[in-house]
Amino acid sequence: MSADTTGDVPGTDPTAEGPTGASGRPEPAGPGAGATPDHDVPGHDVPGHDAPGPVRSGSFVPAPAPAPAPLRALAQAAFDTRVHLANGEQVLLTVILPALALIILTETHVPALGSGRRVDLAVPGVLALAILSTAFTGQAIGTAFDRRHGVLRLLAVTPLGRTGLLAGRVLAVLGLELLQLGLLGGLGLALGWHPDPAGLPTAVLAGLLGTTAFVALGLLLAGTVRAEAVLALANLIWVLLLVGGGVLIPPDLLGRFGALAGYLPSGALADVLRGALGSGGTDGPALLVLAGWAVVGTAAAARWFRWD
Amino acid sequence: MSHPTPVAPRTGTYATGVPSPPPGAADAAPALAVDGLVKAYHGTTVVDDLTLSAERGQVTCLLGPNGAGKTTTVEICQGLRRADRGRVRVLGLDPVADGPRLRPRIGVMLQEGGLPPGARAGDVLTHLARLHANPQPPRALLDLLDLGRQARTTVRRLSGGERTRLAFAAALVGRPEFVFLDEPTAGLDPRGRHAVGEIVTALRADGVTVLLSTHQMDEAERLADEIVIVDRGTVVARGTPGELTAGGDGRLRFTARPGLDLSGLHTALPSVITVSEVAPGHYLARCPQVTDLGPQVIATVATWCSEQGVNPEGLAVQRRTLEDVFLDLTGRTLR
Repeated sequence: MSADTTGDVPGTDPTAEGPTGASGRPEPAGPGAGATPDHDVPGHDVPGHDAPGPVRSGSFVPAPAPAPAPLRALAQAAFDTRVHLANGEQVLLTVILPALALIILTETHVPALGSGRRVDLAVPGVLALAILSTAFTGQAIGTAFDRRHGVLRLLAVTPLGRTGLLAGRVLAVLGLELLQLGLLGGLGLALGWHPDPAGLPTAVLAGLLGTTAFVALGLLLAGTVRAEAVLALANLIWVLLLVGGGVLIPPDLLGRFGALAGYLPSGALADVLRGALGSGGTDGPALLVLAGWAVVGTAAAARWFRWD
Repeated sequence: MSHPTPVAPRTGTYATGVPSPPPGAADAAPALAVDGLVKAYHGTTVVDDLTLSAERGQVTCLLGPNGAGKTTTVEICQGLRRADRGRVRVLGLDPVADGPRLRPRIGVMLQEGGLPPGARAGDVLTHLARLHANPQPPRALLDLLDLGRQARTTVRRLSGGERTRLAFAAALVGRPEFVFLDEPTAGLDPRGRHAVGEIVTALRADGVTVLLSTHQMDEAERLADEIVIVDRGTVVARGTPGELTAGGDGRLRFTARPGLDLSGLHTALPSVITVSEVAPGHYLARCPQVTDLGPQVIATVATWCSEQGVNPEGLAVQRRTLEDVFLDLTGRTLR
C-alpha cells in the first residue's frame, strides 16, 4: 500500500495528524490518518483495485484516538439536550406545565399557599417542580427508552464509557435546569417575585442535592423497569408529587399527608427553597432529608441499575 | 501469562497525556484471544469453555445458529459483560479492567443498532465523532454508506437497511483498529449486502481486524479469512472457508432426457463413482471423496452425453457447504 492510495479518498484527511499525535493515541500503526501506513498486513495488501465504487482501500486506515474526557462528557450533554428539546412532550413537561402552574398560582387565590405574597410562595414551589420534571421524570423516561433501544450499550463501548455517559447526563440535566431557572425565574420576576438574596447559597445547595436525589431515583426506575412501565410510572409519580408531595402546596397545608410529604424529596426540596428564597432562612431538617434521599438514591441506583 | 502492557490509567484521565504504549508492545498480541470462556445466566450456561483467537488484519467470522452464544461472547469481548470464568484479551487488553484504553480502539456495531430513534442520522454520527480526537468526517462516511440524503432524517424514520448502514457508520467513525460487526447484513436488500461486503473488504485491505458474527453461511464464506463455528456455547470447528468445506463426499449433478441407460457411463467412470437417476431426468454421480471428482470425470460424463446425443444441463461438481459441515458436526441445521 502506498501513500498515494490514502490521500484522495473520502474520509481520509492527510493533514489531520496534528491533533492525533498530540493526544497520545495508543495505536501501533503509522502516525496520522493519512500518513503512510507502513505497517505490514501480510497477504492483504491490495492497493487500489480491491473494491469498485466509492469504497476504496485507504479509507479506513486505523488511527484511533479518544477526545479528552471532559469534551466527551460535554458532547454527550449537548447531544442529550438537543434530543430533549426536540421532544415536544419533554418540553411540555419541563417548561410549559411549570410555567402554567406559576401563572395560575400567582393570578388566582386557590389553592391556599400559606401566609405571605402568593408569588413569593409560588415561584420556589414551581422551581422545585421544574427540578422534579427534568431530573426525575424526563430523565427516567429518556434513559428507559435509551436502555431499551440499546443506546446505553452503544455509548458504553465508545470512548465515552458508562462513567462519561452518566457525567454527560448529569450535565445535561443541570443545563436544562439553568434554562428552566432562567425562563421560570424571569417569568416570576415579571409577575412580581422578590426573592431574598441571602437565601441564594442555601437554594443552590438544595437544588444540587435535589437534582442528585431525583436523577438517582429516576435512573433507579429507568434501570430496573421496562420502558413502557417507566413512562407510565414516572408520569404518575409526577402527578402524585405535584398534588400531594408538598411541591406547590407546602406540606404543612396538606393536612394528614403533610407529615409524609415533608419527608419526600419533593416536599423537602420545595420547603428549603421556600424558606431560603422567601426569608433567607435555612431549613436544616429538610436539607438533611434531601441529603438522605441523595445518598440512598445514589446507592440504590448504583446497586440495581441495569444497562441492558 | 500476560502481555506487556503499560499500567492502565483510570477512567477520565486517559486522554490527557497518557503515554502511548511502547511501539510493538501491544502489537505482539493477537487481535483477540479468548481462552476457556464461561458465562451463565440464571444457571443456564450460554458460553461453555469457549476458546478462540483472531489474527490482526483478518476477517474472522463467528458462525452459528441463533442462541449459540455468539452475541454473549462478543459482548464480553467489548467489556459489556463480565466473564464468569476464562481469560479475554482484545488487542492485548482486558476489556473490563483496561476498558478506557481499549474502547477508543474498537468500533462496535450492535445487533439492535443502539441508535436513539428521536435523533437525526447526521446528528448521531456527528455526536459519536466528537467522542474521538481524529474521527472520520461524518459527512463523508454518510456518503460512503449511501446515507447522504438521510442525514436530516430521524433514526425512527430510516428504513431497516438505512438503520443498519448507520449503525455500521457508527462503528467506523473513530477509525478503529478492531471492528465488531454483529449480523451486519440483517434486514439489508441485495444492494445493501453488497455495500457491506465491499466495506468489510476495504477494512481488511487497510489492516483493520474484523470480527463478524452471523448465521448467514454465504456471507461467512465470501468475507472471512477464518471461520469459527460455534454451537451450544463452544467452538465446534474452525478454519478457512476452503479448509472447512474440503473433504467429504463428492457429488456431480446434471439434468438430461429421462430414462437414459447408465450402464455405459458406469463402465467409463472409475469404479468408486456411482451414477443414478435420482428423479426423472435428474442424474447424480457420487463418490466418497470430493477429490475423486476431477476434470477427467467431467470430461468423461460430457463425452458420454455427447455419444447419447443429449446435453448435460446444469453439469456441476458440488463441494460441501458450511451448512453440510455444521450438519455433520452437530446433526442440526444452522438456521
